[in-house]
Amino acid sequence: MSNARTAILDRLRAARPAPLPVLPEWSVTIPPAERLNRFSERLEASHAEVVTSTSGHWPSLLAERLKARGNTQGSANGSSVHYPPGTHHGRCLADAWTDKPELRLVAYDQPVEVLKDTLVHRVDAAVTATRGGIAETGTLILWPSAEEPRLMSLLPPLHVALVEAKEIYGTLTEAMMVQNWSAGLPTNALLISGPSKTADIEQTLAYGVHGPKELLVIVLDP
Amino acid sequence: MGSNLATSAATAPDFAARASIALADDGLRRKFRRAMDGLMTKRAAQFPDPEAWTSLRARGAAIRRRSLARLPQLLEQLETRCRANGIQVHWAETSADADRIIQGILTDHGVRTLIKGKSMVSEEIHLNDFLAEHSISAVESDLGEFVIQLAHETPSHIIMPCIHKSKEDVATLFRDHIPNQAYTDDVDALTATARRVLREQFAGADAGLSGVNFAIAETGTLCLVENEGNGRLSTTLPPLHVAVMGLEKVVERLEDVPPLLSLLTRSATGQAITTYVNFISSPRKEGEQDGPREVHLVLLDNGRTRIFGDPQLQETLACIRCGACMNHCPVYTRVGGHAYDAVYPGPIGKILTPQIDGLATAGDLPHASSLCGACGEVCPVAIPIPNLLVRLRGEAAHQNSASTVMGAGARHSSVEDWVWRGWRLMHQVPLFYRVATRVLTRIGNAMPASLPMLNAWTSVRTKPRFARRPLNELVRSRGFDHE
Repeated sequence: MSNARTAILDRLRAARPAPLPVLPEWSVTIPPAERLNRFSERLEASHAEVVTSTSGHWPSLLAERLKARGNTQGSANGSSVHYPPGTHHGRCLADAWTDKPELRLVAYDQPVEVLKDTLVHRVDAAVTATRGGIAETGTLILWPSAEEPRLMSLLPPLHVALVEAKEIYGTLTEAMMVQNWSAGLPTNALLISGPSKTADIEQTLAYGVHGPKELLVIVLDP
Repeated sequence: MGSNLATSAATAPDFAARASIALADDGLRRKFRRAMDGLMTKRAAQFPDPEAWTSLRARGAAIRRRSLARLPQLLEQLETRCRANGIQVHWAETSADADRIIQGILTDHGVRTLIKGKSMVSEEIHLNDFLAEHSISAVESDLGEFVIQLAHETPSHIIMPCIHKSKEDVATLFRDHIPNQAYTDDVDALTATARRVLREQFAGADAGLSGVNFAIAETGTLCLVENEGNGRLSTTLPPLHVAVMGLEKVVERLEDVPPLLSLLTRSATGQAITTYVNFISSPRKEGEQDGPREVHLVLLDNGRTRIFGDPQLQETLACIRCGACMNHCPVYTRVGGHAYDAVYPGPIGKILTPQIDGLATAGDLPHASSLCGACGEVCPVAIPIPNLLVRLRGEAAHQNSASTVMGAGARHSSVEDWVWRGWRLMHQVPLFYRVATRVLTRIGNAMPASLPMLNAWTSVRTKPRFARRPLNELVRSRGFDHE
């Protein structure tokens, strides 16, 4: 199809070039003092739950939540939770939950082809870190990795995301600049702003149509 | 009842006939009115500050015009960066080429089942029907698209494809097509059913297909915007991902995305941002546990390079497919999407469809407008849709061998030509003007409203009553009054 490529590009080049308009200035700023509040409000408005905790206390807070919630995927005993064993917060979770047999930590450490059935049907929740948040829209930034694969934030009915309070940016533009995204993006970068939802049937909002039905955001304020 | 009428409307010969059928369908009109009122209110709530709206829109409009001004260079850059990232790039001149390219990729990988995220370009190239002929089953996974696929219908809106379906319609479809599904019109229960059924489809699919909202030349990245997560699943779970996009969707830099994204989601559904924004830059890398092993990008022309050749009509290609123009269109709201009998309905469809399919088949669409200007006013990238409608009306009516618009002159009428020649002569030669106005003031009121040609006007309006004397005679007899 290289002929198609040549033909298409030739036709485009044959057109009289339009003038290159100047980019008018545009910016949105959210004062640092307002960011955490705005971030939480926006996420809650999008049907997510936002709680604040500390880097030492969050595993027990999460354990309470999960016990109260019970298992949702119908497994016989306890909840099955995907976590990233190789990361700092993964180790925190494993250390804190050694005495909690009813919360089974499951590593996503094999290719999806091997784990597909478990992933699609048998995991109740997944815990992931984030690369921060965006206050303007109430958004989580995720750069999935080998330790935290892409489907962790998508397949289980509950997604638990950890956000460092100091990593909440004002806007997406600001996050892209500060983190220098254009220098190199990962396989998949994600913005998540609530649980999976649809309004396709009579504009009635319904949650969990394909992805998580619930999103729990834990803001870590050390 | 609604869907039967809507379906028959789609098979009527021209827009006017299809519109008449749709207008007689009260249920259909109620559904669209309600949905459009809701979408207009939600959009307005997103832009409370006119200054913020103006500056954001100016930025978005300039970004799109800059991308178009450098389109060939940006496409080459996109291709280079994608290839460096491991994404394979294909070029398709026509719909048929795109279908064959996609089928070729799928056949090479032994694909039997394709799971689809929502993609209007895949509708444009009629991919599902083509793949079915080659024994590949394409399953729509966006809830709205899934519903209309069960009903064997086409989308009636580019963002909310099953607006024309009530929850009772969906309940019936699910009961009739999904094994062991009892009738329920509870939206949560219907959504849960779709989740259960489509999860199995995702798990079993050999490949995923998606559209693209923005392709970023700087980084070789595909940006997909959605709420449901089916787009993420389609592009992550199966071992193969094929993305298809109109070649105008490329933008220069990553920093172009935030303003366009903000304009898109706020204009489309009145959301500050959608649940998911998905940036895909490569297939699965060594050591990663999920994501497709291969990613293919198909760049579709299908008439876009021809549109690009005309400096005014080129603005059509600035579109980011938010659907705000249809949500605010008094015609679309009343007749719904199927009356246009086109992949892209509403105002953007009225300028895009005639340019892709030609004025010979779609030349009536630019007339499906009152030129009220609402579409141009709400367009987040300031496409002057009313001006382009007028331009295309002219292209259809005038025989002009230099025109680059497909089917130019297709609606040319000698009678219309003569009428306008007479009109011109009458205003150029004072004698003709006096004779014509005198004749009309004498016999105009005696002319029956049903007179051929006149009845196109009088069928929906009262015939004007002519004064006994033309204005210029009155002025002449009374003298000029400057007060």
